Amino acid sequence: MDGIFKTPMLGNQDPADFDAVYEPAEDSFLLLDMLEKDHANLMAINPCICLEVGSGSGICITFLAQIVGRSVTYFCTDINLKAVEMTKATAHKNGRSVEPVLCNLADALEHRLEGKVDVLLFNPPYVVTPSDEVACDGIEASWAGGIKGREVTDKFLPKVASLLSPEGAFYLVVIKENDPDDIEELMKGYGFRMKCVGSRRAGREFLSILRFTRQSSRVDTPL
Amino acid sequence: MLTSNIIKGVTKGFPLAINPTKIEVKEVDFNPAFVVKTLTKIDYPALYQAANDVGHGEGLPENIEGDVKENEELLKSLHNALLQVEVIEGELVCPESGRKFPISNGIPNMLLLENEIDNTGQ
Repeated sequence: MDGIFKTPMLGNQDPADFDAVYEPAEDSFLLLDMLEKDHANLMAINPCICLEVGSGSGICITFLAQIVGRSVTYFCTDINLKAVEMTKATAHKNGRSVEPVLCNLADALEHRLEGKVDVLLFNPPYVVTPSDEVACDGIEASWAGGIKGREVTDKFLPKVASLLSPEGAFYLVVIKENDPDDIEELMKGYGFRMKCVGSRRAGREFLSILRFTRQSSRVDTPL
Repeated sequence: MLTSNIIKGVTKGFPLAINPTKIEVKEVDFNPAFVVKTLTKIDYPALYQAANDVGHGEGLPENIEGDVKENEELLKSLHNALLQVEVIEGELVCPESGRKFPISNGIPNMLLLENEIDNTGQ
């Protein structure tokens, strides 16, 4: 079990690949650190199916695969072809296997994965930008979040309740401008409780990792 | 696990047919617990169809009856179909609309064109 908490090696061929795919940065590393911190809770879920929406370089889903283990199927999506390709390569480079799908959010999977996703990760495009910068492909799609940086996140939040298994956990990366309190209220309406697993300042961004579980979930957090 | 019911007007879109042009079979460690667990999450008839579509349905019965845990031979066939056979190149075909989704480098492309998306709400 040595080295399961090591930061994954990236599967890019050369640095220029990051012209088209989001290069892991403080937000990615905070998510990794918080998944590690929450490891006991992740294992308590006894996951069977995990899904990352917008997997980018693949560092997060690969890390999740490292710390949760092999008896699990890992799906990931991205709207950017170069990103799903790199995700696959990153997983492979670290001896892990993921099932990548090129699609918008979880569109092509959500019907079949209804109520089955035990761990769901989403590091959305959260940067506050004008609405018309919210992109459908390319590198802009990895960060441009529109009004409050919430336009893409808000499209996905209503789907979480149908995707997540009864004991499942959803981890979301946000910045302060995304208004985490408002997200908490919104998700409460879908039957979820929120816990901020950790926060960190990185330059101008105040980043947090929010975790959502169903009100009825036994997975709780005396960490 | 993929559906094409994201296409406007397609209600079920499952299971997608597979037309493979390049298949790889890789060696994956046999993990019976994983196979048993996964079996509870999937639609077996769809797996059966998919495995046969790609020409690796050997050893798979049309229906699964009895205790799978005790049937190592069956578990190994399931292991092969679930984990070892990978479609590298080919296409997925929507059973309702006939819309084709290319698979390239092992990655299915489920992106839709603007005019295929139902914007009228859920």
